[in-house]
Amino acid sequence: MKHIQTLNTRDLCESAKNGGCGECQTSCQSACKTSCGIANQQCENKAQEE
Amino acid sequence: MIHQYKLGGLPIVLDACSGSVHIVDDIAYDMIALYEEKSREEIIAAMLEKYGGREDVNAEELAECYDQITELKNAGKLFTPDTFAPMAGKLKQKTAGVVKALCLHVAHTCNLNCSYCFASQGKYHGERAIMSFEVGKQALDFLIAHSGTRHNLEVDFFGGEPLMNFDVVKRLVAYARSIEKEHDKRFRFTLTTNGVLIDDDVIDFANRECSNVVLSLDGRKEIHDRFRVDYAGNGSWEKIVPKFQKLVAARGGKNYYMRGTFTHANPDFLKDIQVMLDLGFNELSMEPVVCAADDPSALTEEDKAVVMEQYEKLAELMIRRRREGRPFTFYHYMIDLKGGPCIYKRISGCGSGTEYMAVTPWGDLYPCHQFVGEEKFKLGNVWDGVDNTAVRDEFAACNVYARPECKDCWAKLYCSGGCAANAYHATGSVRGVYAYGCDLFRKRMECAIMAEAVRMMEDDK
Repeated sequence: MKHIQTLNTRDLCESAKNGGCGECQTSCQSACKTSCGIANQQCENKAQEE
Repeated sequence: MIHQYKLGGLPIVLDACSGSVHIVDDIAYDMIALYEEKSREEIIAAMLEKYGGREDVNAEELAECYDQITELKNAGKLFTPDTFAPMAGKLKQKTAGVVKALCLHVAHTCNLNCSYCFASQGKYHGERAIMSFEVGKQALDFLIAHSGTRHNLEVDFFGGEPLMNFDVVKRLVAYARSIEKEHDKRFRFTLTTNGVLIDDDVIDFANRECSNVVLSLDGRKEIHDRFRVDYAGNGSWEKIVPKFQKLVAARGGKNYYMRGTFTHANPDFLKDIQVMLDLGFNELSMEPVVCAADDPSALTEEDKAVVMEQYEKLAELMIRRRREGRPFTFYHYMIDLKGGPCIYKRISGCGSGTEYMAVTPWGDLYPCHQFVGEEKFKLGNVWDGVDNTAVRDEFAACNVYARPECKDCWAKLYCSGGCAANAYHATGSVRGVYAYGCDLFRKRMECAIMAEAVRMMEDDK
């Protein structure tokens, strides 16, 4: 019996190897302006997308 | 570090450092809670005692469940150790000296007189002023000159009310477009407006040039008009809603946010979200008010329980409407578990004072729009660049691992240490934490991840 369903998520440890291109949107630049959170940002690293 | 919670009928386990999300059954949920404290035999015995009455539960089955957990641990998807701390400073250094986003305060004045405005009716506790084209042009030149290899540059037209200086806004966009190709840059413009001055010209401009527009609406008419009034004290709801509807209808699928603020007057903000939906808006944002703790608008401890419940109900509403084919988005619940930010971004945070700065109408630079008017945070100006290296270095050293309070928080890689301005106003230090905001943030993340997990599982079927 399967007790655990693991969702397909980005591996943060892996992202340490090729992350940090800095092209993604500045988190406060739209919408909130009064609270911070980066979870809703999209990755714009083309190498990662490919 | 793991975080376990049950929401929307789902037992959920988050592995904070790998970013893994597991939907589990009750047995696995309980086993994971004991995994690091007890032996395999002790855990299986404890589960047999608790679940042994069930037909489908036996020692063999429990051993299999235990082994699934061990497999995930060995695969780096559970109980992943936090190895990021030593690299935090180094990762943030990647942004050293690079500026990629500016908040242009093109108008330190406003045609509304909202008492809860963090910017003191657009004046930021100073004089009314509008930005000249020359200052704005210099700001854009400063941005290009300091953007290094960054291709995407962001400029938000902010205020006050930026449309009170619309001619300069248009000229600045035309200038940026005229130089972006030669510098191999792409400008993304956003506009934050109260809507009073929206007309066909603005709609055409916003839809042609702005990747996003942020439209201020607090929801219910009586809630909106309580604070968002003109200088004669008249509410603005009736005036702006048709303008917003026209702008959004013409937007042709481009992004916008209907952005509201909730205060002590409406901790039950889901009613305001519902009004926005009824008006035909479906890209929504609703933010807790930012003000001094003794301000009558400030959210209280009693409000917190109401707000928490609203967040849960909002997630349920999103799931329900998506199933009905009437989806909507909520800014803080937009989470891409597969293609979201890398660890660099998660550690570095919003970039205030480093890659993101605010520019006043007279060309001074501040770490972000919320620090404008706080003279000691002035970084420099758009002609001479940053000369206040002490403040710049203080913000450059800001990362999630620089805040002791964040050390044991499961949500730290979703919030990246939070808002420096909120921290400063709550604690007197940009490296502090705004604890009330942390509570709301953690609840929002629990809800966002639950709603996204439901979506992903239903899409898989």
